[in-house]
Amino acid sequence: MNKKWLSIPYALWSLIFSIIPIIIITIYSFCKRSPYGKIIYEFTLDNYKQFLEPIYLNVLWRSILLAAISTTACLVIGYPMAMIISKTSIKKRNVLIMLFVVPLWTNFLLRTYAWMVLLRDQGAINQFLIYLGIIKEPLQLLYNPGAVVMGMVYNFLPFMVLPIYSVLSKMDNSLVEAAQDLGATSGEVFRKVIFPLSMPGVVSGLIMVFMPAVSTFVISDLLGGGQTVLLGNLIQNQFLVARNWQFGSAISMIMMVLILIAIRISSKYQDEEGGGLW
Amino acid sequence: MVRKLFKRGYATLVYLFLYLPIFFLILYSFNDSKYRGKWNGFTLRWYEELLKDRAIMEALYNTFMIALLAAIISTIVGTISAIAIHKMSSKWKVVFMNVTYIPVMNPDIVIGISLLALFVSLNMRLGFVTLLLAHITFNIPYVILAVLPKLKQLNPYLEEAALDLGATPMYAFFKVILPEIMPGVITGALLAFTLSLDDFMVSFFTTGSGVNTLSIRVYSMTKVGVSPKINALSTVLFLGVLVLLILLQKREKNLNE
Repeated sequence: MNKKWLSIPYALWSLIFSIIPIIIITIYSFCKRSPYGKIIYEFTLDNYKQFLEPIYLNVLWRSILLAAISTTACLVIGYPMAMIISKTSIKKRNVLIMLFVVPLWTNFLLRTYAWMVLLRDQGAINQFLIYLGIIKEPLQLLYNPGAVVMGMVYNFLPFMVLPIYSVLSKMDNSLVEAAQDLGATSGEVFRKVIFPLSMPGVVSGLIMVFMPAVSTFVISDLLGGGQTVLLGNLIQNQFLVARNWQFGSAISMIMMVLILIAIRISSKYQDEEGGGLW
Repeated sequence: MVRKLFKRGYATLVYLFLYLPIFFLILYSFNDSKYRGKWNGFTLRWYEELLKDRAIMEALYNTFMIALLAAIISTIVGTISAIAIHKMSSKWKVVFMNVTYIPVMNPDIVIGISLLALFVSLNMRLGFVTLLLAHITFNIPYVILAVLPKLKQLNPYLEEAALDLGATPMYAFFKVILPEIMPGVITGALLAFTLSLDDFMVSFFTTGSGVNTLSIRVYSMTKVGVSPKINALSTVLFLGVLVLLILLQKREKNLNE
């Protein structure tokens, strides 16, 4: 039976709301700007050249660095966690996984805001440390790159744990037993059997953490306090404050290319089947 | 033994990290002081004032209304599209799947600004409608990705059998196919609803003045100080989610037994 016409609504929807918007910002990124900020439809590379100025390259470098640190931290913290959960009994497992999902259902902004309250000078953490006598003066915990990284790890850790867990829990345990029977130490079993087999989950996790981390502007805005400008902050500023949509579009294009490269690199290590959330 | 203790300690620490901010969010909703960090005694005042706050209630209404509408529309469009994609030749399938992955793989901020650019060039007034359109756009792919695996598991002869026995295509769809793929449809709908509820980035760029969602309201508040009313609201929402989850788990257990 012919059901081709069923795809027409979606084809139209995608064309209008997914493809054309990207074409629009691609065009904008090559457009000139009038003295009053209006878009002039003449070809130019100025917007991309502007990005090569040291201040903007610094922002690019900082965004990549902080996102890379957060992604690594999520992997280091999340992998053992996924392993621990996958080894517990099925009944317990569901509860433990649910506990990772529940925070995702409280509003993302509220969660980040809660850290603002915890980390500030009169916040609970400083008060607790002073109470214990470890410090006398409150530590400056908020408004620095460390706070931004922490906010990223906090918000995106579930995206690392869930795909790795889903691969580990489906893994054929007889392979691990076979390796052990053949005399592999537990370190070797992990390095040569468990970790390679869990690679699809790891790759999904890396992509799912790196992408929101490199493009966020909320976390850097709230926890970095305007000190830590990232690509996301730059785009938001160009679109809503500076009203230079051409430059904002150019930065967005650069970010998209960056993410595509990151996906390309990491999916090299992913096997055919693809793992992850689906 | 030591290893087991170590594992337990590690897991506890990670969960502590996850729930510490939520705990304090809830704690401060009962604090009788406008300035946090100081405990001034227990109160339910913020819950009372929350109900009277029209701006927050309106934001809450918008958030749920958009999430609900976006979830319903994207589930219908997404399910139909998944069926269409499932029946395509492999060449077209690749094209459609690549298109489907655009909103999944694009960072939210790019979805936000590119839709803003579209709406502005179409001269549309930013507000409820543009928000809804944006939410449907980023929801549909997740519905498709949730329904497709169920279609792959479906026995292809099932529909033929129904048609041979004289069912109209519509009847066959509602009585044979839909019940089989229902778990995927429900997963997709729930996913769409949650994504919509939690979204900030796309909403931030595609809404106009006057129409707030909860996330946008909280964001603008963080600049001048968030009222404890918001803490009260998040406590109610959090407990709501928790109760819903426990009920769902119970139901599943009953069904399994």
